[in-house]
Amino acid sequence: MKTDDLIAALSADVAPVRPRAVALRLAFGLAAGIAVSAIIMMLWLGPRPDLMPATHTMPFWMKFFYALTIAAFGFALVDRLARPGGVAGTLALLLLAPVAFMAAMALYRLMEAPPDARMPMMMGQSARVCARNIVILSLPVFVGLFWGLRRLAPTRLMLAGAVAGVLAGAAGTFIYEFHCTESTAAFVAIWYTLGIALMGALGAALGRALLRW
Amino acid sequence: MRNVVEAEAELKALMLRARGGDGAAYAALLKTLQGHLRAYYARRLGRSAEAEDLLQETLIAMHSRRETYDPSRPLTAWVHAIARYKLIDYFRRHKRRAEDPLDDADALFGAEDASAAEAHLDVERVLHMLPEKTRRLIRDVKIEGLSTAEAAARHNISESAVKVGVHRGLKALGAKLGEGEGE
Repeated sequence: MKTDDLIAALSADVAPVRPRAVALRLAFGLAAGIAVSAIIMMLWLGPRPDLMPATHTMPFWMKFFYALTIAAFGFALVDRLARPGGVAGTLALLLLAPVAFMAAMALYRLMEAPPDARMPMMMGQSARVCARNIVILSLPVFVGLFWGLRRLAPTRLMLAGAVAGVLAGAAGTFIYEFHCTESTAAFVAIWYTLGIALMGALGAALGRALLRW
Repeated sequence: MRNVVEAEAELKALMLRARGGDGAAYAALLKTLQGHLRAYYARRLGRSAEAEDLLQETLIAMHSRRETYDPSRPLTAWVHAIARYKLIDYFRRHKRRAEDPLDDADALFGAEDASAAEAHLDVERVLHMLPEKTRRLIRDVKIEGLSTAEAAARHNISESAVKVGVHRGLKALGAKLGEGEGE
């Protein structure tokens, strides 16, 4: 095909672009993934039995705050990296801020606790399954976000994949929090963060292969 | 369009209109970008079928992913990032050592390529102001590179008539181009 013909064909079909089209596409993938993940959580694990009374306790909201701030910064970063030439910049540091905050809080609580209480604070009741469950609940969101990113134009594929993975991990964590009864900062800082980091690693590993365009 | 700043203003205005659904502005944008992109790839891959394929691939990618352009940022940077990505992707596909091109938007929209392409367009336009016979002579001798004897044989005139015709034609061209600059 001659290039002039190509240009004629392309400009014959030029639908208007919606404002904030990138964010909308990513949000659609994110929301669809979260919906699937919520259904899986309900059918497989079920919500924690004390969900209503738990909403009156600090740890419950602290955990939500943790997942939602990582998700918010992750979303802003993915929105940027989904565009040609997009770079992470200082937003990447913001993404680490909630992790640093939770780690500091966990250290503080562990230091002030008696030594033989520290191990139970870190391990809780579900240390062995927590990260695995978060990864499983994050996978639908991961698929949704990669679906969106494949229609966008990231040029730093590994980085875009990693941040999308972290965002999926934070969203999966958000859903898992409706089930999980753990309440110590130490547990959250270790096992929640591990689940989210595993998703980031998965995204980095798959970015090159899946996000090419 | 002599530098990136001017290219930016003009192309961005076209892109913003195209985003509103203006097909004519979009066609004008793609045609202008086509020239820049062809020169960009030709300088790296030579004037080859691969370079032309890459140009088309880039135009299609820009088209299908045009929502990724953020109007608060320069359009030239967006186009350059896509062109560069496609070039690196090409090197990767062809297992050639990806010599990461350390260029920026200037490499795509800088004076060098743009003015060469536009100078070519200007010559074509001005040539058309000349009488047909003179035009053919100049094209044969100065652009295709025929010798005076070959041109004389082709047009069935004497060699000195060819020389005179070319000389007069060039003089006329010079005058026309001079006018053009004054506009």
